[in-house]
Amino acid sequence: MNVDQDTFRQALLDPQAPRPAGLSDGHGQDAGRRFDVYRNNVTVALADALETAFPTIAKLVGAQNFKLLATAYLRQHPPTSPLMMFYGKEMPAFLQSFEPTKSIGYLPDIARLELALRHSYHAADASPLDPSVLQSTPPDTLMASKLKLAPATRLVRSQWPIFAIWAFNTLPGAPKPTMSAQDTLILRPDLDPEPHLLPPGGGAFVAALLEGTLLADAIETATNEDPAFDLSAMLALLLSNNALTDLKD
Amino acid sequence: MFDENPRPIDRLPNAPGVGYKPQHFTAITNDPGVVGWLEVHAENYMGDGGRPLAQLRHLAETFAISAHGVGLSIGGETRLDPDHLSRLKHLNDWLQPASFSEHLAWSTHGAEFLNDLLPLPYTEATVNRVADHVDELQETVGRKMLLENPSSYLAFTESTMSETDFLREIARRTGCGLLLDVNNVFVSATNLDTDPIAYIDDFPLDHVGEIHLGGHDEDEDDHGAPLLIDSHGREVADPVWTLYDYVISKGGVRPTLIEWDNDVPDWPTLEAEAQRAQVILQKAAA
Amino acid sequence: MSNATKSIAVAGAVAAALAASLSAPAHAQAKEKCFGVSLAGQNDCAAGPGTTCAGSSVVDYQGNAWTLVDAGTCADIELPAMADGSERMGSLEALDRDLPA
Repeated sequence: MNVDQDTFRQALLDPQAPRPAGLSDGHGQDAGRRFDVYRNNVTVALADALETAFPTIAKLVGAQNFKLLATAYLRQHPPTSPLMMFYGKEMPAFLQSFEPTKSIGYLPDIARLELALRHSYHAADASPLDPSVLQSTPPDTLMASKLKLAPATRLVRSQWPIFAIWAFNTLPGAPKPTMSAQDTLILRPDLDPEPHLLPPGGGAFVAALLEGTLLADAIETATNEDPAFDLSAMLALLLSNNALTDLKD
Repeated sequence: MFDENPRPIDRLPNAPGVGYKPQHFTAITNDPGVVGWLEVHAENYMGDGGRPLAQLRHLAETFAISAHGVGLSIGGETRLDPDHLSRLKHLNDWLQPASFSEHLAWSTHGAEFLNDLLPLPYTEATVNRVADHVDELQETVGRKMLLENPSSYLAFTESTMSETDFLREIARRTGCGLLLDVNNVFVSATNLDTDPIAYIDDFPLDHVGEIHLGGHDEDEDDHGAPLLIDSHGREVADPVWTLYDYVISKGGVRPTLIEWDNDVPDWPTLEAEAQRAQVILQKAAA
Repeated sequence: MSNATKSIAVAGAVAAALAASLSAPAHAQAKEKCFGVSLAGQNDCAAGPGTTCAGSSVVDYQGNAWTLVDAGTCADIELPAMADGSERMGSLEALDRDLPA
């Protein structure tokens, strides 16, 4: 009896499925629970990978619930690449439809934030723009230029106070979140990504820069969204975190 | 990141090495003790930049590095993933590791990556398939690889050849070297109730470019027979040290890796395991 | 605002931003290159050799129920169910149920 890999795989991710025939203990007896070593390796290793990837989700729902959630997730969404550091990209959508979590509206955006942190951690390095270039560029030219952001920059916009929820679960002594929409910018000044809560209009501004909009138009977009938009504070945040890498016409 | 190559060190020394864990970075760079080289899982260094590659580049200036792939699925029924092949080539070109190895196992099925080293039957058909895949990998990456023997928890009734004959045939057809995991030999022999000494006596030791040692856990099957699990989560077991001593006295000294991937201990505990390997290597060299 | 006025405003903002970012200790310069230390939670979700010590007893969480006993910190966070402020779709009790198999 030959065991093809299709048969092996079907039994692997479904503990209710019969184990494949044609497997033995090497001396004629059926392999029995020996097959379960593989079942458990796959399940436990993937669940552990998800716990490493989504520590805030795990804290929010509790360790035991997270194991349940992770097991359901990995059976529905096995990895599609050997790069385990990027496993979990369907988590936001999964949390939105998973029965026990679908009434917790902010969870998908927290998962987006955690995915963004991970991608920022592994993103390419880049040399920051020399700040004197900004100073020496005539204002008219500056307004008609594109500001390029470091590859590790990630923006997560949300109707939920996701920065506050992340902080409450991560930073000692952070206050209990209250309802507000929050845009979070992840910057990696060197090797550690750090989330920053963006001031009013900041989310629209960074979103425009990421799309390659000219500086003048990005400022207008941000000011239209919130007249209180403070360009100076925004640029200071980007400059002090090595987030600007180039200035292009 | 990839434009700044580390200075390559072109061979692994016949000394103990350890599986590199980021939490040991400072300890290793301060005082590696008897540890003469490091092994990394290739897939963990396939991001675009950041700390993982910065650390690896720094370490590769001091230590010979072995790049150990855990995700290519050389034993898979379908063709090798071309994207993953090019990632492996990219990493090898940049890092120029002293050694490059993968497993006799499969892990990819269709579009899915199952993140485990799954077993193969040993037949003429699987020899052909694995040999083709090893050829393709070596041609793509442009270098010789080492293929590692697996831990077995069960056997395929369809198998028609022994694991040692299978590996010998792959080495003969492809010119690849072999990575001998002595813990896997002990685990498989215990689980399938065979003789580990006979396995070593039949193993083509001349082809071995590297040895692995790791810890295992104990379980049992439905009939109460011992079932050892290759967990990499504790010290190397005493009978595995005895078997390793036998391998070295028979085949000569080899670069020897301590693998500890789960419940990773502090650096002194890991380095103490490397010292144990060093004693056996020095005894054989004397 | 005319384009000229806008440009003057942006020049002022750039000057202020430069002053602010230079007076704050710049991250990369101030911190020693210390790539051995990682912030918690940002380490690799590492690829391993497919080994765990899970053993052969089937890991099966399906018999377990989603529970509020070990509900984690989301029980402490008082936010509406939907971002528009509407109530939860289900009550807290509704979460205390078996997972669909």
